[in-house]
Amino acid sequence: MLEIKNLHVEVKNQKILHGIDLCIKPGEVHAIMGPNGSGKSTLTNILAGKDGYTITNGTITYLGEDLLEMSIEERAHLGIFVAFQYPIALPGVSNVNFMKAAVNANRKARDQKMLDAMDFLKLVKEKLNIIKMDEEFLYRSVNDGFSGGEKKRNEVLQMALLEPTLCILDETDSGLDIDALKVVANAVNTLRDKKRSFLVITHYQRLLNHIIPDHVHVLQDGVIVRTGDQSLAFELDKKGYQWLQQ
Amino acid sequence: MANEQVAKILDKNYQHGFVTEIDSDTLHKGLNEDVIKFISSKKKEPEFLLTRRLKAFQHWLTLEEPSWQSVHYPKINYQDIIYYSAPKSVKEGYKSLDEVDPKLLETYNKLGIPLHEQKILAGVAVDAVFDSVSVATTFKEKLKEAGVIFCPFSEAAQEYPELIEQYLGSVVPISDNYFACLNSAVFSDGSFVYIPKGVRCPMELSTYFRINEANTGQFERTLIIADEGSYVSYLEGCTAPMRDENQLHAAVVELVAHQDAEIKYSTVQNWYPGDENGVGGIYNFVTKRGVCKGARAKISWTQIETGSAITWKYPSVILKGDGSIGEFYSVALTNNLQQADTGTKMIHLGKNTTSTIISKGISAGKSNNTYRGLVRVSPNAKNARNYTQCDSLLMGDQCNANTYPYVEVNNSTATVEHEATTSRIGEEQLFYCRQRGIDQEEAVAMIVNGFCKEVFKELPMEFAVEAHRLLAVSLEGAVG
Repeated sequence: MLEIKNLHVEVKNQKILHGIDLCIKPGEVHAIMGPNGSGKSTLTNILAGKDGYTITNGTITYLGEDLLEMSIEERAHLGIFVAFQYPIALPGVSNVNFMKAAVNANRKARDQKMLDAMDFLKLVKEKLNIIKMDEEFLYRSVNDGFSGGEKKRNEVLQMALLEPTLCILDETDSGLDIDALKVVANAVNTLRDKKRSFLVITHYQRLLNHIIPDHVHVLQDGVIVRTGDQSLAFELDKKGYQWLQQ
Repeated sequence: MANEQVAKILDKNYQHGFVTEIDSDTLHKGLNEDVIKFISSKKKEPEFLLTRRLKAFQHWLTLEEPSWQSVHYPKINYQDIIYYSAPKSVKEGYKSLDEVDPKLLETYNKLGIPLHEQKILAGVAVDAVFDSVSVATTFKEKLKEAGVIFCPFSEAAQEYPELIEQYLGSVVPISDNYFACLNSAVFSDGSFVYIPKGVRCPMELSTYFRINEANTGQFERTLIIADEGSYVSYLEGCTAPMRDENQLHAAVVELVAHQDAEIKYSTVQNWYPGDENGVGGIYNFVTKRGVCKGARAKISWTQIETGSAITWKYPSVILKGDGSIGEFYSVALTNNLQQADTGTKMIHLGKNTTSTIISKGISAGKSNNTYRGLVRVSPNAKNARNYTQCDSLLMGDQCNANTYPYVEVNNSTATVEHEATTSRIGEEQLFYCRQRGIDQEEAVAMIVNGFCKEVFKELPMEFAVEAHRLLAVSLEGAVG
């Protein structure tokens, strides 16, 4: 589904990624772990198509097409979804309107029938159960004045609504207490199926106790230094990132 | 967002820029006493109005054009303006809309303002002003049943001279300011509204202003009187053709709210703003003021200003009656080389008077957007309260937003609060929306509409929808 080959990325002439290779098949869950500054967020932004990065070498193929040629919206329409670490607030834009606009933009691009207000409300209420949030949540401004946990839940709610093909969770566990972490992890698990893949980016192993990955990669200084299964995460948690540098 | 992207979005299409080919009765350019006498006689005005006009003209000649505002424009040659233009086909006293020139009806249809009563938006009575004359007023009969007078100003001058004589200039006197004084001398048409005691006006009243003729100034005069315990909601819309030269629009609006009366005045101003190089567009130099004459009276101004090359106006409220309320809700959007210097004055004279000011300025392109407001609490205004909130939203880095709040408090029991914020439509916000599959233009419209929410909710339903759409169109191409 996603194939990254020898990816080199610079930001303002500073090299961030030095040759990343990563292959994700449909239905797989991959975790990328790494310390601060290892290039995790850069990888997320590159996949989403954010401006400000220079790709000096390498290719990314997504569903058989050249991902790097696509606009941010096109990638979204083709099912790439990022649950952000710090979702930004849109003051005055109601959550329900924002999500309806997003769902319909994607449906339109996919030649599906647009949902009217009633249909959408029905759909969103179903999904609210997944993240255990009140309806009141829908009528607040997008991420405006949300607590850290509410923001993360809101991201997962959008993920559930947009039915993506590749979900990228960027440090979704940061700032979550253990109960909220469980809710979010359970919501993600209900979305797992044979066709949908996940890329889970995290510092800590604790999220991976709840979302069991098929593969774990360790990113350090812009390269993947080790790949393994869930046991690699346990080992890292015990020994710290220093261990891999020895 | 990158500058070139911003520049790209600012390519806006003005949808109301067409010209109606119609035979007009147009006066030659220039201004002198004969011109004023001509206008007055065309309108068959009572003697006192002509006297008033001439007095205003004499006074105007002694005045100098003000220059304190933060807008810049080449000197206006007042002898190069046509002060009266009327479609030839407009006769006095149409018995029904069937008599109105189909071309005029067509013009308003194109603008989305159908004048045929059966087609019209339910519950809105419209007075349509084309250049210097009113062409049609709908639902007149129905309003009459409720005792409401809603008619062209020129008709009111003939039919209700005693009301005109009593109230005209009672809020904005002849000598008030340069442009109001000019208006007092040469005003052509506008709307007159009188709501009798205890009557709640059964429908929204609306005036639609259209400048069509080239080189013509529009100087309309609106007077609204709400007698004791009455209520009226009034809407004003404006458009003009695209022309290379600038056109002057110098209107005066006066509102009088008696004891326990309420006037809600909403404006959606979309005069032609000029092109992306700042060529053409309307100079919108308007004086709007209301007085809360009696106790517990309320006046509320809501304005959505998206058009005009230059907007310069301060809809104000004089809070004379004890416990009276003044409100000002404003969205001013400037794009390309547009300039706006707008705000309000809340003059607290009575005890326990309250005022609220919510101003939202949006600047894009190379435009200049200024909020200027005055809150004055007089020595007798015990327990006066004001709350002011001014928010500015910048798009790109070539535009300007300024806030000048003036506060004069002469009574120690007053409470005056002021809050101001400035923000930028962030690259991060757009990225977030786009990652969700929402395209850039829709994302910008969504963010801007969110920013204006507190003001939009003050608009009557149909106008709120119109305002949303207008902002989206005005920002088309503003981020790209």
